[in-house]
Amino acid sequence: MDHKTLAKLITQIENNPELAPEIVGRFPEHQSKVIGFTGSPGVGKSSLIDRVIRWIRNKDLSVAVVAIDPSSPFSKGAFLGDRIRMRDHFVDEKVFIRSMASRGALGGLCDAVFDVVNLLEASGFDYVLVETVGVGQSEVEISNLADLTVLVLSPGLGDDVQMLKAGVMEIADLYVVNKSDLPESDTLYTQLLAFISLAGKSEEQLCKTSSHTLDGVQELVEKIEKLWQFFHDNGTLRHRRKKRTQHHAEHILRKMIQQVMYSIGDYQVEDPYEFVELALSKLCKIHSKNGQGGGI
Amino acid sequence: MRIFRILIAKPGLDGHDRGAKVVAHALRDAGFEVIYTGLRQTPEQIVRTALQEDVDLIGLSILSGAHLQLSKKVIDLMKKEGIEHIPVFVGGIIPPDDVPQLLQMGVKRVFGPGTPLSKIVEEVKSILQEGVASTGGS
Amino acid sequence: MYDKEFLNSLSKKVKEWEEQLQAELKKFPERSERFGSRSGIEIRRVYTPLDLQNTDYLNDLGMPGEYPFTRGVQRTMYRGRFWTMRQYAGFGTAEETNKRFKYLLQQGQTGLSVAFDLPTQMGYDSDHPLAQGEVGRVGVAVDSLRDIEILFDSIPLKDVSTSMTINSTAAILLGMYAVTAQKQGANIGELRGTIQNDVLKEYIARGTYIFPPQPSMKIITDIFEFCSKNMPKWNTISISGYHIREAGANAVQELAFTFCDGIAYVDAAIKSGLDPNVFGKQLSFFFAAHNNFLEEIAKFRAARRIWARIMKERFKVTNPEALKLRFHTQTGGSTLTAQQPLNNIVRVALQALAAVLGGTQSLHTNSFDEALGLPTEESVQVALRTQQIIAYESGVADTVDPLAGSFVIETLTNEIENRVWEYIEKVDSLGGMVRAIETGYVQKEIHNSAYEQQLAVEKKEQIVVGVNAFQTDQEHQLKNILKVDPSVEERQVIALKKLRKERDNDAVRSALKNLKQAAKNGENIVPYVFDAVSVYATLGEITDTLRDVFGEYTESMIL
Repeated sequence: MDHKTLAKLITQIENNPELAPEIVGRFPEHQSKVIGFTGSPGVGKSSLIDRVIRWIRNKDLSVAVVAIDPSSPFSKGAFLGDRIRMRDHFVDEKVFIRSMASRGALGGLCDAVFDVVNLLEASGFDYVLVETVGVGQSEVEISNLADLTVLVLSPGLGDDVQMLKAGVMEIADLYVVNKSDLPESDTLYTQLLAFISLAGKSEEQLCKTSSHTLDGVQELVEKIEKLWQFFHDNGTLRHRRKKRTQHHAEHILRKMIQQVMYSIGDYQVEDPYEFVELALSKLCKIHSKNGQGGGI
Repeated sequence: MRIFRILIAKPGLDGHDRGAKVVAHALRDAGFEVIYTGLRQTPEQIVRTALQEDVDLIGLSILSGAHLQLSKKVIDLMKKEGIEHIPVFVGGIIPPDDVPQLLQMGVKRVFGPGTPLSKIVEEVKSILQEGVASTGGS
Repeated sequence: MYDKEFLNSLSKKVKEWEEQLQAELKKFPERSERFGSRSGIEIRRVYTPLDLQNTDYLNDLGMPGEYPFTRGVQRTMYRGRFWTMRQYAGFGTAEETNKRFKYLLQQGQTGLSVAFDLPTQMGYDSDHPLAQGEVGRVGVAVDSLRDIEILFDSIPLKDVSTSMTINSTAAILLGMYAVTAQKQGANIGELRGTIQNDVLKEYIARGTYIFPPQPSMKIITDIFEFCSKNMPKWNTISISGYHIREAGANAVQELAFTFCDGIAYVDAAIKSGLDPNVFGKQLSFFFAAHNNFLEEIAKFRAARRIWARIMKERFKVTNPEALKLRFHTQTGGSTLTAQQPLNNIVRVALQALAAVLGGTQSLHTNSFDEALGLPTEESVQVALRTQQIIAYESGVADTVDPLAGSFVIETLTNEIENRVWEYIEKVDSLGGMVRAIETGYVQKEIHNSAYEQQLAVEKKEQIVVGVNAFQTDQEHQLKNILKVDPSVEERQVIALKKLRKERDNDAVRSALKNLKQAAKNGENIVPYVFDAVSVYATLGEITDTLRDVFGEYTESMIL
């Protein structure tokens, strides 16, 4: 599909998620390798993704990137600047980059991203890379979306292993110490090694990169490929895809509930159980009217 | 719900991005999703970004004096890619004499030095409303 | 500075005065509840010796020419010699700029200052695709030694001092300048001038970076080392707050981030084995002069004191020459308005006066038409005359540091210094300036300040005459705006093609090969750059060679 059409379809899904099943349904089924990248601001995720794109392109494979940044809770606006780091690929026909704002979603990932990733897969990309900034819940959420998740860390940014929020460390399949040219990176690497052995993970899941010197990038890509294949062969992938569908459903439901609550109005709760009854009956009415699509 | 997406781009070699960033900030605070491409983008990169991001508006910030050449290139390439319907505005150090030429090229608005942010935001809203009116608001 | 008894009685007096004032204030309230500048320093109603009770004259001010140099870096200051009047100039081809230089020298200017076009600053030859539309536009186009030979044709380089606003490609332009001077018969050890060479501020404010910070720092220390041996009279860097200010920083941030940059350079140079007592003499600074007259004067005075303390206390420098902060000033380009442009003449005059009262070593005054385009010969002349009027007619240059001892000036000087130290501590805690830049902290501080300032103008908390107050319906349109001849690019490209054909291409290839090897090995690259330049390797070829080794930097975008 040409980029212009694809871009328009993504906008439609972003603005009207209920159109997604029909839009995605127009395309034959196709599975991409969906890789999530997360980590604190400033660890160099975008630069690293830029280098990963380069390796994927060297093999003449195609890649789509979705870069998600938070929306302002006040203005609903957003500043999306992750592309800057990937500028070398802007004019490459086999690279498609799309910035998305979180648009107030509770989990930190925008609701539309599940459908957008479905669409990108269906449009035949070999790889779909999803980048989320590690604030809020998005770094945990990403593991519900991606086939495998890469946690990017960098020394000197408060990324000491002890300091990381509970849950973040556990979700990753691969751990990357980026900016390995910095002197303090060895300490971080040692800490990670200790964590990994404690958590019962393999040393294989750890690697060092420098998007500046390109050291370790090839190793990272090889590990991604190998691990994806391993997940594919041992059934993990099938399981994760099921989990993704479930989380997608949860997102849709949550959004519907939010909207129903919004339509009932603020502070109308006298009795919470009555309120729930009212909300459920509204939900059922909407559902029977709209059919399967699910939107409001 | 529809949220408008705006591309703020800096073509050419000049490194002065104070204006571009301040405008991007104001647009974000006005509720737009702003895609910023950073310094030194070629017209090709800008047009490809606009296309992939499916933006509703493109703002070019140029302070080096190369605004006529660069704007023309961007607009020509937009035609080639079939996205010439996306409105373009230009800001920066633009001598008044050059404004008619830019408008004739197809640029929708030109914002010279000292233009208040409130005016830029207002004009952006009005350009986008024109667009919605003419396409029936998809 | 005052005895206790006097301060006690004064304190009583001031209290009485404040009490009496309250009744008056009810009848005649003041214009605003709070007065102050963008730097957050509150300006009080009145200042008295009470504000200076902790100021120690000998320690904090001292005599002119003596530590901590608050009152100036020379004992006689402008009684000996005026500041250098140096107008930044350059556009089009080397021939055209050569003519402008000769005109300026003939008008009484005492030093040259070269503006280069963006391709030259970014290391692209004039025929590079990214150079299209930019050749000769914001400065003179330079592709090779040939252009510099033309640029300084019949200007004796052993006699003038030349400042070059060049950063990422500074080593190349320094090479071209030195080789040209040698060809004129000068000894490069005698050359006087400055290269800006301050790449850290490019990442945070001005944008003409090429390589990542680490190799950029390496090139800079290479230049320090080369010049301390071979060009001892040359200022190897002009650590620039000007662009930081123009990017939106306030006066305090301007000093603070400039000094953080300075600390990073000194650190890097010491690490590479250089002695700050030696290279410290060749550091120079560059600041902006903006509209807030009193604060700006205080800023320049505080700057000298802070830097002297940094060099003495942090770097244990003992050579007094290496403790002196010498600086160039330019009036604030971003304060100029496109509306009612003649008002800019007045702004520039006030800013220039602040720079002189602050003890600048050299000064560029902006032309009134610069918010609209490049300055014309007429507007440049007015700008230069502004300096000459201050020098020859106002009398402010007849005594050293005339505003010293003013309660408000000394208090502001102290307050600015304190706030600057706070920022320096913050940056230290982030792991130093290079790291603070890589994480985007500095950029974010500057951007926030720029945005707040813009909002203040919109809300009319800050008045800009002619823009948000006192507007006129009829815009004064300047008829005479300098247009760069569009054929410049074509002429430059033709000359470049010709050069590539005529030069000794074997010599070029071998010089570039040697340069590449030196860069890879971590040798000092400056001598190799000089060799490449002298066989007419182009600026683009030399930069590409280094790009291959060092890579390119992409900004981090934080808002």
